[in-house]
Amino acid sequence: MKLIENVSRHVSRHVSRRGFLQGALATGVFVLGARFVPELLRAAEGDAAATTFEPSLWMSIASDGTVTIVAHRSEMGCGSRTALPLVVADELDADWSKVKIEQAIGDPKYGEQDTDGSHSVRSSFDLMRQVGATGRVMLISAAAAQWGVSPKECTTEPHFVVHQASGRKLGYGVLAAAAAKLPVPKKEDVPLKPRSEWRYIGKESNALFHLPEIVTGKAIFGMDATMPGMVYASVEHPPVLGQKIKSYDDKAALKVPGVQKTLTIETFKPPHVFQPLGGVAVIADNTYAAFQGRKSLKIKWDSSPHSVYNSAPFRKTLEATSRQAGKVVRNVGDVDAVFAKGGESGTKIIEAEYYTPHLAHVSMEPPVAVAEYRDGKVLAWAPTQNPQAVQETIAGVLGIKKEDVTCHVTLLGGGFGRKSKPDQVAEAAVLSKQLGKPVKVVWSREDDIRFDFFHSVAAMYMKAAVGPEGKPTAWLQRTVYPPIGSTFDASATYALDEMGLGWNNLPFDIANHRAENGPADYHVRIGWLRSVANIYHAFAIHSFADELAHNANKDSVQYLLDLIGPARIVNLDLKGEEAEDAKNYPLDTARLRRVVEIAAEKSGWGKRSMQMGKGRGMGIAAHRSFLTYVATVVEVEVDSKGQVHIPNVWTAVDAGTIVSPDNIRNQFEGAAVFGTSLALFGEITATDGVIDQSNFHNFQLTRMNRAPRHVDVQIVKSEAPPAGVGEPGVPPFAPALYNAVFAATGKRVRELPLSKTKLV
Amino acid sequence: MIRFKVNGKETVFDGDPDMPLLWYLRDVAALTGTKFGCGMALCGACTVHQNGAAIRSCTTPMREVGGAEITTIEGIAPMHPVQKAWMEIRVPQCGYCQTGQIMQAIALLRENKDPSDAEIDTAMSGNLCRCGTYQRIRAAIHEAAKHLAAKHQAAKETA
Repeated sequence: MKLIENVSRHVSRHVSRRGFLQGALATGVFVLGARFVPELLRAAEGDAAATTFEPSLWMSIASDGTVTIVAHRSEMGCGSRTALPLVVADELDADWSKVKIEQAIGDPKYGEQDTDGSHSVRSSFDLMRQVGATGRVMLISAAAAQWGVSPKECTTEPHFVVHQASGRKLGYGVLAAAAAKLPVPKKEDVPLKPRSEWRYIGKESNALFHLPEIVTGKAIFGMDATMPGMVYASVEHPPVLGQKIKSYDDKAALKVPGVQKTLTIETFKPPHVFQPLGGVAVIADNTYAAFQGRKSLKIKWDSSPHSVYNSAPFRKTLEATSRQAGKVVRNVGDVDAVFAKGGESGTKIIEAEYYTPHLAHVSMEPPVAVAEYRDGKVLAWAPTQNPQAVQETIAGVLGIKKEDVTCHVTLLGGGFGRKSKPDQVAEAAVLSKQLGKPVKVVWSREDDIRFDFFHSVAAMYMKAAVGPEGKPTAWLQRTVYPPIGSTFDASATYALDEMGLGWNNLPFDIANHRAENGPADYHVRIGWLRSVANIYHAFAIHSFADELAHNANKDSVQYLLDLIGPARIVNLDLKGEEAEDAKNYPLDTARLRRVVEIAAEKSGWGKRSMQMGKGRGMGIAAHRSFLTYVATVVEVEVDSKGQVHIPNVWTAVDAGTIVSPDNIRNQFEGAAVFGTSLALFGEITATDGVIDQSNFHNFQLTRMNRAPRHVDVQIVKSEAPPAGVGEPGVPPFAPALYNAVFAATGKRVRELPLSKTKLV
Repeated sequence: MIRFKVNGKETVFDGDPDMPLLWYLRDVAALTGTKFGCGMALCGACTVHQNGAAIRSCTTPMREVGGAEITTIEGIAPMHPVQKAWMEIRVPQCGYCQTGQIMQAIALLRENKDPSDAEIDTAMSGNLCRCGTYQRIRAAIHEAAKHLAAKHQAAKETA
């Protein structure tokens, strides 16, 4: 199944930049004839589009000078919908106030469109530069022809071509029609701006394009999308994954005011991928009536093999597996030989086990979509991270062609990975086909939490041999969890792409080092959540590193730097796309060391931490994910009731070349809050296959009064290629916090969340 | 028959009196700036004003709004000093919760012209933001308080 391959590939977030560029160019990026006039643009501008200059699928210039740039990535709060058009505008030398952004529908002509893996800017940066620069060259050519001068004598200032010698100027709008008739120049004839001439890339002035719409309530999220004549639907899903309807009674539900009828949705056939879960849908005049109608449904469900799922015994199974030898995913030297020598010549063996529970995404906007099936085609509006997955999923479920599914993308009220999976959009399409009218499916918060694609539960076993100097001579790390692959292949028990998420690429300078993975069965849908496996991997690795530091009586920062070792490029001997990444983004310990040093310095580590009294402490962790280097220091105060307060967080980030620094600070401030939620409160459990949590009272998120009081974000200036910013702030947070709790209380807690452990 | 005002406009509702105000606003009145987040008054995304005070519209049934003045984000004349501060501090990430945050902040500043950090925390902790923009929300409320004080001062001087 192609979808499985596609999606599975992106689990690793290692999208090949080169492959993407080739794909996009091969499908005619710069072909003048390939007009792309989005429907909304046409509706808004009427005939103005008739004189539109279109050097590509990505950008157009109208005769009034309006530059329309296509955003092919979804906006879920990370800023890529603004960042990529800023890159185009910079190379085009456009005036940003004359730029409009048009959200692309799902279409392979844009290449891959899955907004995940913190790779939107990374994967599209070069292409967006080329789009803008090509337009600029064509505008210069058009002006030069009009003036009868050489293009070499011309330059640009925002939105104008300028002939320097004569001082003549022509606006982009005036030139658009003439430029449109010119041949598209070859890539080698399109110079890119030197960094020193960038007007927008890397500048503090960059703000979210749609900021005014957000603060005035005019922004359209998926929850706000409507279609004429639509009805509302709410679906009662099988409580246990895979259950089918045995029988149901909807008499009482149909008496609820506003309820029109009920319909059934077939339970998926494994693997579930992104197919609907199945269940009974209540169709109503409004959302409230649909929700109310569901409360009166009486449904009998058949059995499911997943009703055996109970979190407490499952934990024991995972932990038992983690104590057995697993599949080796990285091996340096011979850890067994060192461990076999045991306590010889002052060597100590240290073991520790860590546990992290399932988590739910709970973006503030629950899953929602509106879709219409008509004449064998589907039109959908959805807050999706991946409109092409919407096409593929609906096409698969309804047995129609992917090309016959049109998916418009709204703003997303958060995503965090949940909205890469469009099961609720497929529900809307399935129901619309049955009803013959557009359907809006709205998930309640309870639906969202109980029927998520959960962040996996994980158990980690760590073992080290530590020499007299305190540094490990051997290090074994073993991780066990139901893999994301189980969503695409029901028989999958070993992790695949998750290994690249902070497990097979730990750049510690240890002579004997082995990483392993053990098998686990799935019983709920497993998906990726902001920073994915890095969360549990970083938690185990950096908690253990800190344990070793304290065991050796060493300062945690100095010990961490010693573990990272001297500045060098680490060769991990990786394969496939990971190898491609390693070539373009070598793992450079100098960059990792630098962020550790900056975070430590900003936090006053050493000076400040030494002065701390009982109940106060600082902790550090440093982790590279999504090709970005991050170090985080967390300061905690543990009060007399054992409640943890976080007065300060210091984070240092090296994400290579960046587009919008203030947005990046916002992402890392937010990552500290996201990290606080999972470190202090987050836990999803199951009883007999049914999820125990349902809303914010029993799946708590960090509120303002428990959030870090102040988060300081330092961005390292870098000319390296752009790397990720949406996710990499999350992984180091929990271990840094737990290490701080140890410093404050002397208690070493080895499981998430902290609320399960009494600190006093 | 329930009579009330929405954003200054006389309105009549004769549907299910148990329907929460949230769903009236969103599905009937098409005022979608007010968001659905939890349905249990746990997240604040649905915050609107009833006679000037912040309420959770998701747990306020229509039967309780008879005679009331309801104000939604659409009824706030842009750019209100709070909205302006939100723009200056660049608070939002995804933006979904922000209209509820702004409505809560406007209500807070109406009662307390210069709230301390602790007072802001108390007033705003019912409003969740999964993106984690709390630090900026706090800064923006302080900023808005300054704007409002300056506006007040200017009005006084003109008078």
